[in-house]
Amino acid sequence: MPAGTLYRGREGMWSWVAHRVTGVLIFFFLFVHVLDTALVRVSPEAYDTVVATYKTPIVALLEYGLVAAILFHALNGLRVIAVDFWVKGARYQKQMLWTVVALWVVLMLGAIYPVLGHAARELFGS
Amino acid sequence: MSTTESPASGIGPVEGASLYTPDNPAPLIEPPRARTKKTPKSTRGNFEMVAWLFMRLSGVVLVVLVLGHLLIQLVLDGGVSKIGFAFVAGRWASPFWQVWDLAMLWLAMLHGANGLRTVINDYAERTNTRLWLKGLLYTATVFTILLGTLVIFTFDPNIR
Repeated sequence: MPAGTLYRGREGMWSWVAHRVTGVLIFFFLFVHVLDTALVRVSPEAYDTVVATYKTPIVALLEYGLVAAILFHALNGLRVIAVDFWVKGARYQKQMLWTVVALWVVLMLGAIYPVLGHAARELFGS
Repeated sequence: MSTTESPASGIGPVEGASLYTPDNPAPLIEPPRARTKKTPKSTRGNFEMVAWLFMRLSGVVLVVLVLGHLLIQLVLDGGVSKIGFAFVAGRWASPFWQVWDLAMLWLAMLHGANGLRTVINDYAERTNTRLWLKGLLYTATVFTILLGTLVIFTFDPNIR
């Protein structure tokens, strides 16, 4: 087996798996999210009651997970487009994946305070 | 090993001279997929190619729309804690954000539905299972797109 030609089990396959899993998760959230937003047509109280659950610490953690899934799917999606349309895309797919991962880590670190800050204040006081 | 001589160019002795002469012409080989009057116009449309292209085009637009949405809803101005009916009413007072949310709804739902269609085609091996799962998927997608569109167009800030 020539080195470097094995696709299965390497960066290419695992990024494909992660793209699928995050995509399915985001789609299910989107379905729920349109339903909860539709409550603005019922009454302001109904909407505010449901949105209040989005502000609890546990759901804040789920929101952080949602941001993680969306950021990976968005960045890796741009990588997929580069692989398909850029002449050298396939050759640099591994380097592009590690760029995606690095960007994702930086953005996720930056999202900790804005997304989880209010939950931390609620749990530990301000 | 040194006794076997092979030309450096890789052209064997046979290839140097032509096998065919005007009296002995090469046989004419018909193109394997020549279109005749009997050939159907198209055996299948290019739906899958259009779907493939749509995933890439909508994906680029969604990166901007969704990341902008996350920035506004979860990061800026107190994050999720400022969201409520009044906040929604303030945003949808502007046609710009109405169009933004409408485009995001349609593109994300169609992008996600096509993604799930691919996943169902890949993993559901029985024809009936595929049929039912896709029926459920398309029903949920049409329902969600219509509901979301209705909500954006009929939003009333003075509902109460």
